[in-house]
Amino acid sequence: MKFTLNGKKVDVKAHPMARLLDVLREECGLTGTKEGCGEGECGACTVLVDGKPVVSCLVPFAQVRGAKVRTIEGVQDPLQKAFVTEGGAQCGICTPGMIMASLHLKSDAPPEEVRAALAGNLCRCTGYTAIYRSIRKRR
Amino acid sequence: MRTAVSPLELLEPRTLPEALRMLRDRRPVTPLAGATDLYVGLNFGTLNGRRFLDLSRLEPLRAIRARGASLSIGALATYTDVIRSPLVRRRLPMLAAAAREVGGVQIQNRGTIGGNVANGSPAGDTLPVFAAAEATVVLRSAAGERRVAFAEFYTGYRKSVMRDDELIVALEVPPVPGKQWFRKVGTRLAQAISKVVIAAVRAPRSRIALGSVGPTVLRVPRTEEALAAGAPIAEARRLLQEEIRPIDDLRSTAAYRRRVAANLIARFWSETS
Ligand SMILES: Cc1cc2nc3c(=O)[nH]c(=O)nc-3n(C[C@H](O)[C@H](O)[C@H](O)COP(=O)(O)OP(=O)(O)OC[C@H]3O[C@@H](n4cnc5c(N)ncnc54)[C@H](O)[C@@H]3O)c2cc1C
Ligand code: FES
Ligand code: FES
Repeated sequence: MKFTLNGKKVDVKAHPMARLLDVLREECGLTGTKEGCGEGECGACTVLVDGKPVVSCLVPFAQVRGAKVRTIEGVQDPLQKAFVTEGGAQCGICTPGMIMASLHLKSDAPPEEVRAALAGNLCRCTGYTAIYRSIRKRR
Repeated sequence: MRTAVSPLELLEPRTLPEALRMLRDRRPVTPLAGATDLYVGLNFGTLNGRRFLDLSRLEPLRAIRARGASLSIGALATYTDVIRSPLVRRRLPMLAAAAREVGGVQIQNRGTIGGNVANGSPAGDTLPVFAAAEATVVLRSAAGERRVAFAEFYTGYRKSVMRDDELIVALEVPPVPGKQWFRKVGTRLAQAISKVVIAAVRAPRSRIALGSVGPTVLRVPRTEEALAAGAPIAEARRLLQEEIRPIDDLRSTAAYRRRVAANLIARFWSETS
């Protein structure tokens, strides 16, 4: 099945009902996308489909036919550095998802906007403050 | 993930007529829209069915548009589509308010209105909105179209009049007279399933619909009548308690839900006066 993965056209064989998460990790070898809960609650598996954050554990592979999929491996952004320097990442399990969900935010986005964008992403380590700070300090 | 996908089959129609024929000829087959309910079941090992029908290519079902005085919301419209639609914000702001409180952004980007209504959870956040707006559910099968008043759509806990050869194609909402109001009470702001959810319209004949306080979404006609007749809010609170049928479950207790529901109508009444 053809789709665009991190800017490259790819053709990947997998069951049409496989979870996009598993196709990315197992067929495409992109293990940056994490599985936390497997039920849509935690956001660790967030990727962008046609530019929009979605949870890849709830996306049937067939539904990305022809779409543009972007994973953490396809990101090169000052936000990543900011997560490192500001302590936005501790154990790191939530981090790829946090970054995919906050990539579109401007560093001066109001706190409510940041909180709304990350409402579907859970972190058990940082208490979120360092994550919000990482987004603010991105440059 | 507890369900092996290899024995599952996915039908991928490109047009609505093709989808409806598959639904008629290849039963049993389960429609699949944004998968935000179905894939939780897949992950959990509780997914029923072996054959699925992917609706995601049926682009026309995504449209939100005016049909005369009515607003037509395609079954495949996502919460994000609803939030961004100027038409919804103008004509049915309580639906935009409900959509903003569903899940997190990732769920809003994938979950559909048709999926919420078809899934029929008593906690479904858009259900009280359509009940208070007196919407019509537009169903289609290979045999033709059927229109069902929202008040007659559900027949019991997760049961509806929709047949297994039918799809929801749209929800149609007539003009809503009066001020619209929506509130959801859950354990936390985002990603929480409702403990009590209410949509209401303030008018000479006000309409009030509640979710998570009965086996299906409920209108409360006696409470509505009392308010229309000028009864004091204490009386409305009392009647409401008689009309709702909350239960104790994982998320809350019946007593808590009664209390919250009563407080919510008082709040509705004062905030829309
Ligand atoms: C983390 C998380 C948070 C959530 N938060 C909320 C919330 O706050 N409020 C809320 O109400 N819900 C919530 N949900 C539930 C879910 O997102 C919604 O019910 C959503 O609208 C379902 O739509 P879908 O397109 O994803 O449905 P699917 O999972 O694709 O389908 C759901 C059911 O509807 C049927 N179906 C779908 N479309 C049609 C159609 N057009 N015609 C006939 N049958 C159809 C399917 O066969 C299936 O039985 C949440 C889910 C998750 C995972
Ligand atoms: S693993 Fe997908 S949301 Fe938790
Ligand atoms: S850094 Fe460990 S869960 Fe967020």
